[in-house]
Amino acid sequence: MTRYFTKDHEWIAVEGDTATVGITDYAQGQLGDITFVELPADGAALTKGASASVVDSVKAASDVYAPVSGTVGAANAALADAPELVNTDPEGEGWLWTMTLADAGELAGLMDEASYQDYIAGL
Amino acid sequence: MNDLNPAGWRPEMGPRQHPAHETAAVHTATGNRGLQLEEPLIFEIGAPGGCGVDFDAVEGGPADALAPFVRKAPLALPGLSEPETVRHYTRLSRQNYAIDLGPFPLGSCTMKHNPRLDEKVARMAGFADVHPLQPVHTVQGALKVIHELAQWLCTLTGMPGVAMTPKAGAHGELCGLLCIRAALEARGDAREVVLVPESAHGTNPATAAFAGYRVESIPATADGRVDRAALEARLGSDVAAVMITNPNTCGLFERELKAIADAVHAVGAFVYCDGANFNAIVGRVRPGDLGVDAMHINLHKTFSTPHGGGGPGSGPVVLSEALVPYGPLPFIAVEADGELRLIEEEDAPRDHPGAFGRMSAFHGQMGMFTRALAYILSHGADGLRQVSGDAVLNANYLLRSLEDVLDAPFGASGPCMHEALFSDDGFAAGFSTIDLAKGLIDEGFHPMTVYFPLVVHGAMLVEPTETESKAGLDQLGMAIRSLAERARAGDEALKHAPMLAPRRRLDETLAARKPVLRWREPA
Repeated sequence: MTRYFTKDHEWIAVEGDTATVGITDYAQGQLGDITFVELPADGAALTKGASASVVDSVKAASDVYAPVSGTVGAANAALADAPELVNTDPEGEGWLWTMTLADAGELAGLMDEASYQDYIAGL
Repeated sequence: MNDLNPAGWRPEMGPRQHPAHETAAVHTATGNRGLQLEEPLIFEIGAPGGCGVDFDAVEGGPADALAPFVRKAPLALPGLSEPETVRHYTRLSRQNYAIDLGPFPLGSCTMKHNPRLDEKVARMAGFADVHPLQPVHTVQGALKVIHELAQWLCTLTGMPGVAMTPKAGAHGELCGLLCIRAALEARGDAREVVLVPESAHGTNPATAAFAGYRVESIPATADGRVDRAALEARLGSDVAAVMITNPNTCGLFERELKAIADAVHAVGAFVYCDGANFNAIVGRVRPGDLGVDAMHINLHKTFSTPHGGGGPGSGPVVLSEALVPYGPLPFIAVEADGELRLIEEEDAPRDHPGAFGRMSAFHGQMGMFTRALAYILSHGADGLRQVSGDAVLNANYLLRSLEDVLDAPFGASGPCMHEALFSDDGFAAGFSTIDLAKGLIDEGFHPMTVYFPLVVHGAMLVEPTETESKAGLDQLGMAIRSLAERARAGDEALKHAPMLAPRRRLDETLAARKPVLRWREPA
């Protein structure tokens, strides 16, 4: 499984042509306590870079962008009752949705873990 | 510590001494603190079935047709007498903070004094008691108010037309975008994208999406303004409009708006300006001269009509030559004999065929129109110019007098406009904007806008408005300075603020995650 990162602070863990998407630890730290997560519908078509989900925190409502294009497999139902999972375990239990990729080539434009850490260090 | 100040200590009396009887915790049997009263919920007062009026008994039962709908369980209404009701709301109102009690430095909201003259004018029966369906010849005075205000708004903005009916800022934004959409459709040019810079108001992208456009964000430069190069690079034949807030939400004037507007027009797109911050430039800059095609004006901000939970707002939209033909119905036209008439749907095919539709059932917020016109006429052109000058001066006074204790991220970008932007950079570890804001409640002020704009981490946006005196600004500045120093020093007590408010710091996260929205009878 390979994990990629976007400049908008999403992570995507890819295994074959399926993947799991969430927001990074840095992102949840910036947002503060998360109060609600609006998730994409199962089967929804996602376009790379377009808004796929909204995360509400005590500070702001923020769009989560699809890191790559594809189709939603399932959204994380646990977040309906426990949105705080995105704060406590953003890159694990706090995942947002799974998806199948439309074009694995789109992954080439994303960052790996080391480049992402360099990127946020410069913010 | 006791939360009272019985000796009437004031800052100019030097360090406060606390006699033992003053610092001892005071217990009261009621939970009241002197004249600050602990008020229960309205359901917890009075007795079931209690009532403030004595109704006649209903003779006979309900009509047969209604019989199936007769309520079987009693209505769970609070049972209060008239004095209990009056006291309940009066007590609650004493726990509230209002512009009539002190400064309300909410950045982006322009919470300035509402002159009593305007209130008096708005209550005159000839304006307050007219009905929107009255025959037009019986409301010529009211129409004249709308018409005269419209002319003032056109003059002040340098624009040829104005749609008066939108009911608030975001409603005005929608009106402007629908005009743009109608103009594009009229030339058979469907476009999909609206560009919104990061320094624009948060309602802008929401409005563009609501109007059916795809929103693309344009970054801000390091000095807090629109990145013109990035914006121009994105312009193309798919762009319908650019929405720019000027002065922007970092409290800065967008100096390159004219050049941006020229570039936008060159690709056949339109410029929407969010005029919510017009208060900072009224009488000094005419947006029409900067190439703006549509801009809403928040009468409730710039022209001082009550707002902030009280409303209602009013958001007329001034329109450029290119957009006037598509403005909404109804609007007022002057007949040859001087009679004013309303152009409605039945007249539209002849008088205004391009109208995109209408924004509201009737003619707009009459009460706001009378207040705004009274405000404009009582200030005069020179007075309005002084309004914007004083608003900018006051904000800069706070910015410069606090930038040694508070980080001012755009302090080096030149003078600010009507609001000063600070951040929590430099606070001790674990302290942030929320601690200073909560501390301001203990100091007796409404907090400033926090965590907005989003482009600044831990933002604090302070808008003093022109209606605060220097003495008032100094007192607010002293309070903010003291709190900033405590946050920098890591004063743990500040993390528990407010200590002196009717309620301590609330768990906003839990309130948002598990909101309790209605009272339930205890089991």
